[in-house]
Amino acid sequence: MPRAALAALAAWLLLLAAAPLVAPHPYQEQYRDAPNAPASRRFPLGTDPLGRDRLSRMLFGARLSLACAPAAAALSGFLALLLALAGGFGGRPAERTVAMLADLFLSLPWLFALVAARAALPLDAPPAAAVAVTFGLLGGLGWAGPCRILMAAVARHRQAEFVLAAEAAGCARWRIAAVHVTPHLWKLAAAQFLVTVPAFLLAEANLGLLGLGVPEPLASLGGMLRDLEDLASIVQHPLVLAPALLLIALAGLFHCAVSADESQV
Amino acid sequence: MRFPRLPCPALLLLICGVHAGWLHAQQWGGELRLCLHSEPRTLNPALVDDDASETVRYLTGGVLVRVNRVTERIEPELAVSWKQQDAGRTLVFRLREGVRFSDGTPFTAEDVVHTIAVLTDPNVHSPTGDALRTEHGAARAVARGPFEAAVTFPDPMAGALRLFDQIAMVSRRSPLKERAVLGPFRLPEHRPGSDLLLERNPYYWKSDGARRLPYLDAVRLEIVPNRELEALRFRQGHIHAITGVDPEIFGQLAGARDLGPSLEGEQMWFNQTGSVTPYKRAWFASRRFRNAISFAIRRADLCRIVYRGHAAPGIGPFPPANLFWFNRSLHPRDFDAAAARRLLAEDGFRSSGQGLADRDGHPVEFSVITNAGNRARERMAAMIQQDLAALGIRVTVAPLDFASLIDRITRTFRYEACLLGMNNVDLDPNGQMNVWLSSAANHQWSPSQPAPASPWEAEIDRLMRQQAATPDDRRRKALFDRVQQIVWEEEPFLYLVNRNALVAISPRLRNAEPAVLSPQVVWNVERLWLAPGT
Repeated sequence: MPRAALAALAAWLLLLAAAPLVAPHPYQEQYRDAPNAPASRRFPLGTDPLGRDRLSRMLFGARLSLACAPAAAALSGFLALLLALAGGFGGRPAERTVAMLADLFLSLPWLFALVAARAALPLDAPPAAAVAVTFGLLGGLGWAGPCRILMAAVARHRQAEFVLAAEAAGCARWRIAAVHVTPHLWKLAAAQFLVTVPAFLLAEANLGLLGLGVPEPLASLGGMLRDLEDLASIVQHPLVLAPALLLIALAGLFHCAVSADESQV
Repeated sequence: MRFPRLPCPALLLLICGVHAGWLHAQQWGGELRLCLHSEPRTLNPALVDDDASETVRYLTGGVLVRVNRVTERIEPELAVSWKQQDAGRTLVFRLREGVRFSDGTPFTAEDVVHTIAVLTDPNVHSPTGDALRTEHGAARAVARGPFEAAVTFPDPMAGALRLFDQIAMVSRRSPLKERAVLGPFRLPEHRPGSDLLLERNPYYWKSDGARRLPYLDAVRLEIVPNRELEALRFRQGHIHAITGVDPEIFGQLAGARDLGPSLEGEQMWFNQTGSVTPYKRAWFASRRFRNAISFAIRRADLCRIVYRGHAAPGIGPFPPANLFWFNRSLHPRDFDAAAARRLLAEDGFRSSGQGLADRDGHPVEFSVITNAGNRARERMAAMIQQDLAALGIRVTVAPLDFASLIDRITRTFRYEACLLGMNNVDLDPNGQMNVWLSSAANHQWSPSQPAPASPWEAEIDRLMRQQAATPDDRRRKALFDRVQQIVWEEEPFLYLVNRNALVAISPRLRNAEPAVLSPQVVWNVERLWLAPGT
């Protein structure tokens, strides 16, 4: 089962990587004779309200989102891990500082920071730059939640016998953190990573409302999920659900694949 | 068995007669339910500045004259007649006698004087009162007898009569002050956050022969900010009418009606201020460049795809829905790629391998800002992006949150092009003085100019000032026709589309004559009635 999930995931990722070769149409081309078209041989998943082929946009969008969201999640996970270890092994003042920083990051209204970031970004910034800024911000701002959880785990491990033994043997603090404690945090960090990826995919869609996010005419999974806002249109054009189904399927496969890793550990 | 022949047609006639009679017999009583999209900010008619408050003012306020929303003509209300004096400076109103406020206080010329005094009081900061002010001072009113009032403006003011459609009379003597009203419904007790219940005004002056109007007992205004929820409540029969129906759900709503192009338009313009890169500013300041862009936009596609056919290509500052002022010799600019290319070539633009470049080799690219979250505008921007890509022009679409968008177009001017909508509430060109005068702050493409930047802007300045000081409407129309012609030729604004007015009305609501002018459905609220139903 886990192996099958891994294979399916690999096949999907390969398909997405090959989007430019596989997609039946250019993702930005508007076929104005066929807006909101149902599934047909010409458009296998129909078209969006501007007449763009949904399958092509989904492939390109998933490619972009699945490259960027995990990268951002990895960045925030890495920051969280680093700060949690620094807080756990840096002594009392360090622990307090990190806890305070995390609380501050969780409580500040980031909306204003994001609006300011958009204002600072030049209007004619190429779409790639806007994408990088968006996911960079998500990664840079999203560490606080996972960090609190990891810090609690570090505090627990600090009292563990193997850590006390290492300390008694004269092992350096950074070595205890890196070699003895970090391997025990992987599982928790992986779970946090898994939760963060879909959250970032959706956050990207919401940032579109602030003028950040993935700009037109680029496609992203998050942007395509925004079409689901209109409940009435789902009944009329059920194919708008396709990107959501793809997201669910990919998230499920990710989950299976990661738990496969764990079972081997 | 045979039936006697004669009685049958007679019986049929009788049934028809009874049936038709039943159809036309107005039903008294009942509660009309509608939605407001936000909490009214004020119930004081002098301070109205938002749509929700405006709706409440319309339903409760009594005015001297009313613009008929169907014919767009001015009709007598509390004033039975009026005349201009003093070369258009003074308006003399003859008031209706025997009218009482909702608390029984009689209505006289003193109340007109008091209303004008309140509106023009600088301490009140009335948005309605701003229209009564010119650069030489504010309007003043005097009573010339118990039922004759004269309103004098410091300068001759064309189209001043229309302003009185917005001015709800308040009582000078009533202990209820501005809560005593002359309209068909009384002001509610304010209950923030829920709904407003407007009950019938027992002293309303209009009657249906024997009884005082309105037919309805009450109007309940529910505060529902979410449009989808509003549509759902309409489908369930909880509310009786919706205005501004989303084109995407139009086809799914029973009782939905397309009233044709409204006064609401969408437009794009280029920033011609000094904040733009000089070589780009040179493009934007060129009439040929603006015309070329305009020729390259497929307006018919915008209407068909973004608005599902419920829109018409834009023409100018006033759409054809403005029956009197629209210049009928104008037509929308049709898509013409050859004309666009020719105009660009005349300005020295040429195609290189990378796309279009100007005569100095700068690639032709610009950004368009619009407000994020408005799906229709984001879609139009994406379509314009593809239309202009066909000419080799690279357009970046930058949706911004509304506050920073307004900041950019009114204060910092750090943008290249902007796509935004405009709603003309005022049918008269005087309402657009703040857009067309080159010295005005809302002269979007290049605001607050010390002197007109171009001969055509100077001509518009002259024509707008001249029409404002001309009392005769036909001469004003000739002057404003010329303004519309210049705007069509120069295209400081690229008019894209005029949305159609889409409303949905319950079959129970009778006597409804929806019009494109707001308040589209309830403009004749005193004559609306509800048929019995589920």
